[in-house]
Amino acid sequence: MKRGLQFDDAGRLRHLLTIEGLSRQSILEILDTAESFISVGEREIKKIPLLRGKTVVNLFFESSTRTRTTFEIAAKRLSADVINLNVSASSTSKGETLLDTIRNLEAMHTDLFVVRHAESGAAHLIAHHVPTHVHIINAGDGRHAHPTQGLLDMFTIRRYKGAFEKLKIAIVGDILHSRVARSQIHALNALGVKELRVIAPKTLLPTAVENLGVRPCTDMGEGLDGVDVVMMLRLQRERMQGALIPSEQEYFNLYGLTPVKLARAAKDAIVMHPGPMNRGLEIDSAVADGSQSVILPQVTYGIAVRMAVMALIMGGSAEPAKGRR
Amino acid sequence: MTAAVDVEAALARVVEQLQPMLKRQPLMIGIHTGGVWVAERLHQDLELKEPLGTLDISFYRDDFTRIGMNPQVRTSHLPVNVEDRHLILVDDVLHTGRTIRAALNEIFDYGRPASVALACLIERGGRELPIEPQAVGEHIKLGKNQHVKLLGPEKLELRIQEVNG
Amino acid sequence: MGLLIKGGHLIDPANGVDGKKDLYVDDKGFVAGVGTAPSGFKAGKTIDAGGRIICPGLVDLRARLREPGLEYKATIESEVHAAVAAGITTLCCPPDTHPVIDTPAMAQMIQSRAWRFGLAFIHPLGALTQNLEGKRLADMEALDEAGCVGVTNGLVPVTDTLVMRRAMEYAATLDLTVFLHAEDPWLRNHGCVHEGEVGTRLGLPGIPEAAETVGVARDLALIEQTGCRAHFCNLSSRRAVTMIAEAQRQGLPVSADVTAHHLHLTEHDIGDFNTQCHVRPPLRSKQDRQGLRQALKRGVIGAVCSDHQPHEPDAKLAPFAQSEPGMSALETLLPLTLRLVDENLLTLSEAIALLTHKPAQIIGADAGHLGVGATADVCIFDPNAHWVLAGDALISRGRNTPFLGWEFRGRVMHTLIGGRVVYGHRPEAASRR
Repeated sequence: MKRGLQFDDAGRLRHLLTIEGLSRQSILEILDTAESFISVGEREIKKIPLLRGKTVVNLFFESSTRTRTTFEIAAKRLSADVINLNVSASSTSKGETLLDTIRNLEAMHTDLFVVRHAESGAAHLIAHHVPTHVHIINAGDGRHAHPTQGLLDMFTIRRYKGAFEKLKIAIVGDILHSRVARSQIHALNALGVKELRVIAPKTLLPTAVENLGVRPCTDMGEGLDGVDVVMMLRLQRERMQGALIPSEQEYFNLYGLTPVKLARAAKDAIVMHPGPMNRGLEIDSAVADGSQSVILPQVTYGIAVRMAVMALIMGGSAEPAKGRR
Repeated sequence: MTAAVDVEAALARVVEQLQPMLKRQPLMIGIHTGGVWVAERLHQDLELKEPLGTLDISFYRDDFTRIGMNPQVRTSHLPVNVEDRHLILVDDVLHTGRTIRAALNEIFDYGRPASVALACLIERGGRELPIEPQAVGEHIKLGKNQHVKLLGPEKLELRIQEVNG
Repeated sequence: MGLLIKGGHLIDPANGVDGKKDLYVDDKGFVAGVGTAPSGFKAGKTIDAGGRIICPGLVDLRARLREPGLEYKATIESEVHAAVAAGITTLCCPPDTHPVIDTPAMAQMIQSRAWRFGLAFIHPLGALTQNLEGKRLADMEALDEAGCVGVTNGLVPVTDTLVMRRAMEYAATLDLTVFLHAEDPWLRNHGCVHEGEVGTRLGLPGIPEAAETVGVARDLALIEQTGCRAHFCNLSSRRAVTMIAEAQRQGLPVSADVTAHHLHLTEHDIGDFNTQCHVRPPLRSKQDRQGLRQALKRGVIGAVCSDHQPHEPDAKLAPFAQSEPGMSALETLLPLTLRLVDENLLTLSEAIALLTHKPAQIIGADAGHLGVGATADVCIFDPNAHWVLAGDALISRGRNTPFLGWEFRGRVMHTLIGGRVVYGHRPEAASRR
């Protein structure tokens, strides 16, 4: 069923809602496309006319400056017209349903919605109810998925580490609440990594997490032993209130990434973080700014990956051009 | 049905037509894929000193919405700044002219050249845009269902094929 | 002049009847004879029930009719029509209307509204505490006198254990059954699905099984303490029914029901955030479903109900956690229960018992049986009719069901209330709206 919603009748990617359901080949195709967009950012005119005349609406029900900005830059580099809508909680409390908001915007001839929402399944709901010429990119729905983040993380890993099959990878942090972690897990398993571990206290590990294809570890030293990639997750400070962890100090002691803990990983391991970082909580500044950190490049790759997703979704088939001369 | 084309002879004719332009120190740019193969030969035969530029026009096509992305996009690479330079743009087959239109748009996103001359190995009529070459290897006439393809890159060979629909 | 229902196979588990028998109804709407005509009987009307099953009209322990207060979802009128089309002649409705059924006036109003239509009977459940707030006891005796068949706090948890104890003691004083929705509200938290692999994958907050077992454990301890007769509604987990079985073994006066959909669906049916599968309590694991089925077979669970909750379309057109839980379920109660017969879990007679005299016993109603002298509330269904559930054929105002498109075997042909035909299936009436 997932395949049915993200793909059109001809098997082309129509929406990007979740990485679950994407084949290894589809993921690699997106990464390859992103490669060609990297060079656009290095030119003086950082624009190509691929999406000229198309309208992209960033519909953010949950505010996020950085993700919204990268989507905006990506769309503008493709020459699309971009509209940013921050639908605050107060607007929806005036009674307009999610679907009504979408319908009103559709009436203004939007081609692509980039949607971020606090509830899992919001992007799916929207995708079920838009006409065929409208496309949806999920920029994060509740705890469920953040597929473009997962893809840009895969792009980063491929750039620094090459083939996925040999890699041992650890994801550290609040897995329970993390849509980024779920997307990363689906992608890494689809790409066939050698070993995938998640590291967190029991309170932050979801039930039956092994079913997602990971090995849970509650001991960080053991979890990081010999890994090639350390993927850190952001810890929201509110977790203290929900009786999930006692204090920031204790969390940092047990699960914060310090140089000492990083030393358990492979010597050339890379450190990733989706941002924004809580320095001193989940990650030590020495590591964040250290030689193994690829956190800043992740941001650049994020633009290219989002350009690739938009181009693939909005275009026709991915077959080589015929009779173009 | 036209006889098979003599590629070497066609290349030689292009070289001859480009000779007068050499005094302006032109930069050569080939359009992927066939145009790059032809440009590599021309670049070598004309003994151009500055490196060859290559262009992938996928991002500038006018039929993107219909045909979509080809993930195997090669990146464009212009090693020398085109600003205020005389350029020779090279493609293997000139037909409707749309590829050249896309290439010109892309070049102008990199900078403002002093002039652009077009060299093509084969010119086959059927223009849909007002674009004409300055150097041609051979003019051929083809039926609507015929298509000419350059094979390479080791040994360049032109093949005429029937296309359906 | 009476009514003769002839040629059918009569199944009346209360009276141990399961065979070809004609049914004779007198002109006052009571059963006059079973199998043999009573002397002097003249049939003014005959229903040919050849090839059909005749059984008592079904008794549904829990259906929400949305009136008063939520008429934009459904009304008593629309839902009693749906009930009789589904063979249901007696309905029990919870007190969580707006306003709550915590006064005799409310209880009487609902019954008389239903009475006007002359279709399914409604037996209301009265509130356990005033306005269901879990603080002060409701006037249970007055509610009892006004026709309530039990008391309950509905889905609102009574968190103050002392209040719960006192409410049970008071109900026991009046010999009233307390209907319980056992769930620990803190463990429930803001969950909307079963805490398990599907919830983890979909990133939806989960309700652990412990929320139910902790609630059941607390309530069982209080039942033992107070001697109150209690009925556990809507059990969803294997562990909880195991606890109920043990309590029954020890002689505690507890009964239990399960919804028809919990016997068929699991968390996996949620698929891609299908809000039609958003229900309370949630659909749990395959092992839980198996546990519920086994408990049904062994008699630990004494009734199957619909837990009917019709919704307007917008209620389900929201992201999963924000959608309203509940399923429109009257019209799938019998078909889903008959499926259990097809799947060899129950015999047909056992299935009918779970929908007729056993739920009637739980609410102490004189219904669900067709012995001589009983009110002729009858359901006649064709056990071999194959049909597909279509949204526009539903009679309930609520079309919120995940069973649209399912193929069922067994279709209601006639429903009678007091000897009067109140529903007749018309084959060509596929699209009634």
